[in-house]
Amino acid sequence: MSHVHKDSVGAKLGMWLFLFTELILFGGLFILYSVYLARYPQQFSSGGRQLDVVFGTTNTVVLLTSSLFAAMSVTAMKRGERRATLALLCGTLVCAATFLVIKYLEWSAKFHHGIYPNSPKLVAGAPGESVFFGLYYLTTGLHGIHVFVGGALITWVALLVQKGAINVDDNVSLENVTLYWHLVDLVWIFIFPLYYLIL
Amino acid sequence: MTSAENTAPVPGGFWLDTGKTGIRSWIFSTDHKRIGMMYFGCVFGFFLVGALLGVLLRLELIAPGPTIVTAKTYNALFTVHGVVMIFLFIIPGIPASFGNLVMPIQIGARDVAFPRLNLFSWWLYAIGALVVLAALFTGGGAPDTGWTFYVPFSARTGTNVSLAVLGVFILGFSSILTGINFVTTIHRLRAEGMTWTRLPLFVWSLYATAWVQILATPIIAITLLLVVAERVLGVGLFDPGRGGDPLMYQHLFWIYSHPAVYIMILPAMGVISEIIPVFSRKPIFGYKMIAVSSIGIAAAGSVVWGHHMFTSGMSDTAVLVFSFLTFLVAIPSAIKVFNWVSTLYKGSISLEAPMLFALSFILLFSIGGLSGLILGAAATDIHVHDTHFVVGHFHYVMFGGTGFAFIGAAHYWLPKFFGRRYDETPALIGWIVMFIGFNIIYFTMQLLGMRGMPRRYYDYLPEFAQLNLVATIGSWILVLGMLIVIVNLWRGLLKGKPFTGNPWGGATLEWSIPTPPPTENFEEDPVVTHGPYDFKGAGVP
Amino acid sequence: MTKDGAEHILSYGKLATVWMVLLLLTAATVMITRVEFGAGKVWAALAIASIKSGLVIAFFMHMKYEPRLFRVLLFVALFTLAAFIGLTFFDVLYR
Repeated sequence: MSHVHKDSVGAKLGMWLFLFTELILFGGLFILYSVYLARYPQQFSSGGRQLDVVFGTTNTVVLLTSSLFAAMSVTAMKRGERRATLALLCGTLVCAATFLVIKYLEWSAKFHHGIYPNSPKLVAGAPGESVFFGLYYLTTGLHGIHVFVGGALITWVALLVQKGAINVDDNVSLENVTLYWHLVDLVWIFIFPLYYLIL
Repeated sequence: MTSAENTAPVPGGFWLDTGKTGIRSWIFSTDHKRIGMMYFGCVFGFFLVGALLGVLLRLELIAPGPTIVTAKTYNALFTVHGVVMIFLFIIPGIPASFGNLVMPIQIGARDVAFPRLNLFSWWLYAIGALVVLAALFTGGGAPDTGWTFYVPFSARTGTNVSLAVLGVFILGFSSILTGINFVTTIHRLRAEGMTWTRLPLFVWSLYATAWVQILATPIIAITLLLVVAERVLGVGLFDPGRGGDPLMYQHLFWIYSHPAVYIMILPAMGVISEIIPVFSRKPIFGYKMIAVSSIGIAAAGSVVWGHHMFTSGMSDTAVLVFSFLTFLVAIPSAIKVFNWVSTLYKGSISLEAPMLFALSFILLFSIGGLSGLILGAAATDIHVHDTHFVVGHFHYVMFGGTGFAFIGAAHYWLPKFFGRRYDETPALIGWIVMFIGFNIIYFTMQLLGMRGMPRRYYDYLPEFAQLNLVATIGSWILVLGMLIVIVNLWRGLLKGKPFTGNPWGGATLEWSIPTPPPTENFEEDPVVTHGPYDFKGAGVP
Repeated sequence: MTKDGAEHILSYGKLATVWMVLLLLTAATVMITRVEFGAGKVWAALAIASIKSGLVIAFFMHMKYEPRLFRVLLFVALFTLAAFIGLTFFDVLYR
């Protein structure tokens, strides 16, 4: 039966199409960002300065490193180095967890200062600032969910590698999951300057 | 035909050849035909539900003032009518049902590229549908915002908008997965010799549709999440009091929802492109132009969303730009219409049920399309914006177009999958009744709109009473015709005359395999040597 | 990459080099935006972000070694998003 053969190019094509949808999902938030930035440059600026560049930069480095591990895990698998693959996937997971912990610290600090959606401080403050922090929470929140889902997927493929279901001949699921992980990184590459740097 | 022939056994095909027939063999099946059948059953059921709601709406409007329901119920009725018809019937309608049933066979494949994902997509559809239905009976009751869920009302109303948009979000995910599956399938699984220029036009239209599903649907996903965020978290992104801009909601909503109308109409155009040449006994005229115009419609249609917002307070520059772009969509649409008509010229036309629906599609779609130009021109739009003219317009394209194509496709393809067929005479009578009723109700709506009757209003001025009465009577005739057609089709598929071989004389691949098709579709992988409308090459008389 | 079967495996060294470049670009973007030069820093930061994402896509995501079709489709998706943003600005800028 010809249709049961593995079509790894087809699988990757499907994954890329899915990544396009993710890109455009975040695109909707970036549309809002650009429009509101054009309308409230001052408020965005003062909002952006309240974000912590150190947290932001650290998380950027963490995510880039996680992406490196993920990409290396594919190389390891294709070379048949199963243990290295597992180690690298664990490295990715550690980075993912670090990212989420830092994000948690960052959010708690903001909450502590009374900055959260619909908080009395934001409701009473300048209109543009409420919009800025609304977007900030939604964008980083949606991204955080993606980090979490990505971590779950990495765990899943790691288990498959462990079992040998993903191996040197059949590893397109690993490739696809790492593609997803890189997308999470890609989105952050834009979130970082837009929210932490340019304002 | 004698009764003896009617009871002749029909070979089982995919219904029986796996040896499994229980419900589990369906809801966990990865066979594209079974999934297509399940989709067909669901979307058809919701079509009937939506139609019933539509009849109730018309009944309420039969006379000014309260008649059968309260104003609040009326608001819920038109909202639910829209949500059911759009998200549960017409968007998945043709691609998920007939696309799944026919497309893999037409390209010479044994299944889609990701069969399990296909099943998952059906499950998401079913779950999304249940969530939407649950929203009607829980919380603050059925949403009363209209299917567009415009803020600020949707952020404030006490009705159960959150759950409804969550359901639509899930449905959108289902639609995305179908799109991904179809694009990959068409790129990767075409049989040997099935070049891009030998692709049936139905497949071309599905390809264009799938791209719109992939690239536009995520925008509605994020938009609906934002509505939930407004309601649950009070983020205030669209709240003018907090610096938000309600018009940005409209932009985001229509960035998806305008391309979505091409998700609805493109597959219907594909169906028509299949039926017209077969029943004219002639290769289609302008194959390449029809194929390319599908992509053209998808591309141009993705950049015209602003024409829904001409009176919303958008900038005049944007009005001009979007009005201009809107007119561009007319070009590929007209290319299709002219090519279909040219195909008919000097053809040997046989007026059987699928062809009747296809021909009426051309007329009704043209009326709807031309009235669309009136709406696309900013100056005239201001006069008829948000009136019954708009309602009449989109029912001409969506129902007269996609709805008729859907029913035509059911007459054309379902016999192939059931191995039995309907009776021709009742189909003919039902079609005539439907066609007459359809024009009475929707043409009258356009007249009403020209005279200023607003849409979504519970009550109206006495001067609109006469035409409203006519429209309501039209709705009864339309429904009567639908019932005749549906009952005839249903009875025929279950116990009608056997349908075997290639009675329509189609040259696409689905007509070269047994009826009903076996689970594997092809005994051995086909090698394609002729085009989809090369009747001589296919050896069809 | 020529045909379906042949696979290109990126070496650890190459991946690490890309990672180093990404880190350098991150440092550059942080430093550039600490200097005050108005709207220029927005475009500079976006340009650097685009280069970074280009590197991630090309190497980490193997796009450089995939069939050309993939790149064409990626371009279509990006172009669509750009069109969505651009056309919205016909309203926002001129309202």
